[in-house]
Amino acid sequence: MASLKDVQTKIGAVKKTSQITNAMNMVAASKLRGAQQKMEDFRPYTEKFNQAMGNLSSNMESGQFPLMEVRDVQAVELVLVTSDRGLCGSFNSNIFKLAEKLIREYEAEGKKVTIVCVGKKGNAYFRKTGKVRKSYTDIMGSFQMFNARAIAQDVAANFLAGDADKVHILYGKFMSVAVQKPAEEVLLPVQPEAGEAVEAEAGSAAGDYIYEPSPTEIMDVLLPLYMNVMIYHAMLETGASEHAARMTAMDNATRACKDMIADLTLLYNKARQAGITAELMDIVGGAEALKG
Amino acid sequence: MAEKIKLEVVTPKGSVISEDVDIVTAPGFAGEFGVLANHAPFLSTIKIGSLRYKQDGNEEELMVSGGFCEVSNNKITFLVESAERGAEIDVDRALKAKERAEKRILEAAQKKENVDRVRAEAALQRALARLRISNTEH
Repeated sequence: MASLKDVQTKIGAVKKTSQITNAMNMVAASKLRGAQQKMEDFRPYTEKFNQAMGNLSSNMESGQFPLMEVRDVQAVELVLVTSDRGLCGSFNSNIFKLAEKLIREYEAEGKKVTIVCVGKKGNAYFRKTGKVRKSYTDIMGSFQMFNARAIAQDVAANFLAGDADKVHILYGKFMSVAVQKPAEEVLLPVQPEAGEAVEAEAGSAAGDYIYEPSPTEIMDVLLPLYMNVMIYHAMLETGASEHAARMTAMDNATRACKDMIADLTLLYNKARQAGITAELMDIVGGAEALKG
Repeated sequence: MAEKIKLEVVTPKGSVISEDVDIVTAPGFAGEFGVLANHAPFLSTIKIGSLRYKQDGNEEELMVSGGFCEVSNNKITFLVESAERGAEIDVDRALKAKERAEKRILEAAQKKENVDRVRAEAALQRALARLRISNTEH
């Protein structure tokens, strides 16, 4: 049986750990609020943007824009949006699993796969495979739209140079505080969601829009912007998901600590009681011997 | 009372304005344009500059930076990178940004780097537009 002192130190250690996890839980909760707010602020922009894109592209043939060109797929690029920090449960590994599944599928078809990592964790995980083309780290903390722009420009240039024929973006989709799901979307070639609702609404008016400058020139401006929006959106979602995942993970950890402390306290009390009993036995034994 | 048009200004940081107004004047690709109620469907890119609108005789002005705008169904929607009212503009910051941008343009001109130059020029335009609008407010 463990000695009293051992158990006592262990209880102390677990208590300290639970303090840390509890603090991390609270930090994650407050950061989550900020991230969620940012995400909600951005939502109207994306909605309006997709609507306009849908309207515009329904009047145009997609073939004339390099960024919309559907090519025979030889090389695929994955933009992996993960968190910069760990200790958030299986959040990042879920994204990795999805990425690995995609990589396996594409490689089985004999296609080349490269990865662009956004966030430290993705880079750390895939670095050894030699597939990482570029990585952006330490930007998940306080990202801005212009971070997304740099990434979008790089990915677009790579696509236009013909080094990738299809680009997927993978991120942690924020479903709710309790649920985050790894998600995958096609970033390039651009396929605007000409949703049916949008189509129906636009159907009557879309034909006679006045464009300034010409539709093609507008598209030239909108397409890169569209990529910005997609990437920024993925970053926001991952950011919020990361904090939510960490909150849950830390909550579980704190609870596990409490259970452990309860078990250890029981063990401690047992050991203490055993000590007292042994001492009593000694005294009684001694007294008996004296009597004898 | 004259008919009104619904004005919406949306940035990545959220919706800035959503109001019924009389007239909107905006810096379009081919110069300033004005939009009244029941305008024909219209789509234009937006340059850095000032967006003005009139509501019950009061004129308001905002600084907007690049994006685009869409008019349809008596509604005008601006999707821009940023939009600020005169009072919200941080004059000190804009002044600093102006100096920085001017310096960068000079540097870029010496090194003949086009990318830097284009970015610095956009920054300068933004700073100038901010300063101009914040001046007219006071």
